[in-house]
Amino acid sequence: MTAAGAPRPDGGRVLVDPTSERAATTRERAPRRSSFDGATIALLDISKPRGKVFLDRVEELLVARGLRVERFAKPTFTKPAPADLRHEIATKCDMVIEALAD
Amino acid sequence: MTAVPSTVAVPDGFVAVVKRDCPTCTLVVPVLRDLAARSTLHVYSQDDPTFPEGIATADDTALGVSFALEIDTVPTLLKLEGGSVTGRTEGWSRERWEQLTGLGDLGADLPDFRPGCGSRTHDPDIADARAVAAMTPRIRSRRLELGDSEDEHEAMFARGWTDGLPVVAPTLERVARMLTGTTRAPDDLVATIPPDLVECSVEKVAINAVLAGCRPEYLPTVLAAVEAACTDEFNAHGLLATTYFSGPLVVVNGPVARAIGMNSGGNALGQGNRANATIGRALQLVIRNVGGGRPGEVDRATLGNPGKYTFCFAEDEAGSPWESLATERGVPPGRSAVTLFAADGVRGVVDQLSRDPDSLARSFAACLRTVAHPKLAMVWDAMLVVSPEHGRVFRDAGWSKTRLREALMAQLQLPGAEMVQGAGGIAEGLPAAFAGTTIPKFRDGGLLIVHAGGTAGLFSAIIGGWASGAVGSEAVTTTVGT
Repeated sequence: MTAAGAPRPDGGRVLVDPTSERAATTRERAPRRSSFDGATIALLDISKPRGKVFLDRVEELLVARGLRVERFAKPTFTKPAPADLRHEIATKCDMVIEALAD
Repeated sequence: MTAVPSTVAVPDGFVAVVKRDCPTCTLVVPVLRDLAARSTLHVYSQDDPTFPEGIATADDTALGVSFALEIDTVPTLLKLEGGSVTGRTEGWSRERWEQLTGLGDLGADLPDFRPGCGSRTHDPDIADARAVAAMTPRIRSRRLELGDSEDEHEAMFARGWTDGLPVVAPTLERVARMLTGTTRAPDDLVATIPPDLVECSVEKVAINAVLAGCRPEYLPTVLAAVEAACTDEFNAHGLLATTYFSGPLVVVNGPVARAIGMNSGGNALGQGNRANATIGRALQLVIRNVGGGRPGEVDRATLGNPGKYTFCFAEDEAGSPWESLATERGVPPGRSAVTLFAADGVRGVVDQLSRDPDSLARSFAACLRTVAHPKLAMVWDAMLVVSPEHGRVFRDAGWSKTRLREALMAQLQLPGAEMVQGAGGIAEGLPAAFAGTTIPKFRDGGLLIVHAGGTAGLFSAIIGGWASGAVGSEAVTTTVGT
């Protein structure tokens, strides 16, 4: 057996990569809107307790400003949002506000 | 008729494979000389090319021909025609050697029969080295060459591969040897690992098992644990991301536990056993290195718990008064399995006075009520680890596991008035609407019971869970393969 620390005949020591070997992809952010005019805003409740309280108030404030609001909820806060839900939000709405915490 | 692999040139005629270190081979030397004189004979020696004296012998100390001809025993006499083996006999049997060669009067002075000796190809060190050599070219992961002045331990810390403790350097040879611990191919997919949702091969699990300090024979158990952890039901993603304490606990059942030397006895939940320590750690390193799950990043634990380094033990099935956890969960007897549980840590239960099962069950229930908070219910599961001295109380009284569970659930029907917010001067609790109701501490199926621990000590243990069921994590049982 070759000891891990022992120099190899070629002078190097070689380890095998335990990681996914993935490089993070840099994606361009969606362009920022210059105004809220005509925007539909998604309010996403991740289903943590009292997230609804926060989003209800946000909805009131947005509607008072004449904006359209669509409400969504993740089935559970412990799992990523299902692909269908993400697709629905992206299709129907221009921006999303998420209630993260208790 | 078996074709000889084209990588090895073995001429047609009769072929004898021998070694000096074999009394039967020594015995048949006069027969080999006779055969060499009367036919075309090629002799290959596994250990000493000068043996047998007086015959032109080919050197097979590297065992290339022996492996190609699949030699199990020496001497083996074979007949090769057109590059294929058309006849074979092992050891010495005058009748069979005469039959194979078509020659009479072979070894007239020899006994009729002598069994042969083991071929050097079955020497454990040689078989291992060969398996490792064969596996090495199948490893596809990126090679990382360390600089001459790099300390390997520091290099692995610097690359973020460790959980804070040193890891074993994953050299090609170690990873290849680890991969010999499973019949699965290195590129076989095991699971999709959160949080980065990366498809993970057997090879990547093996590399992390090397880091964790596993032996190759632990690998099938690690593979089963990774597979179970990455199911939607177990929800390793949420378990990693939560601010709560919990991390994955692996309970091992079945013959594999004893075969790989796991501890189910004294200090089963503690340190000191290599298999217990490294299997749980390997799972966590897969989530860290392959899935990209790291504390302070997707792992948002407020406090965590020491079991997040590693948490794995075997159930003491032989000493248990009950059927095993795996059997309860549908694994056939004789099969091995892992059960994953989202564990928040270990809390002790002391009861040194109860000698009847009802009293002891009440003790357990009183302590189980404190999981997460005495005034919270239904959201957390729990695992009760019953020790041998406590288990004996139930065995002597003829209590089944079902009866104990029913007694515990009955004791844990909690009065809503004590549970609601503000009750007892404590703000935490259930909503006021529960005040007039009775609330079970655990949901149905939310209380797991296993048997483990040393034979001295009237102590058991409670391992609290995490958000349970479809909202969070279900315990998942997966059988261990090969």
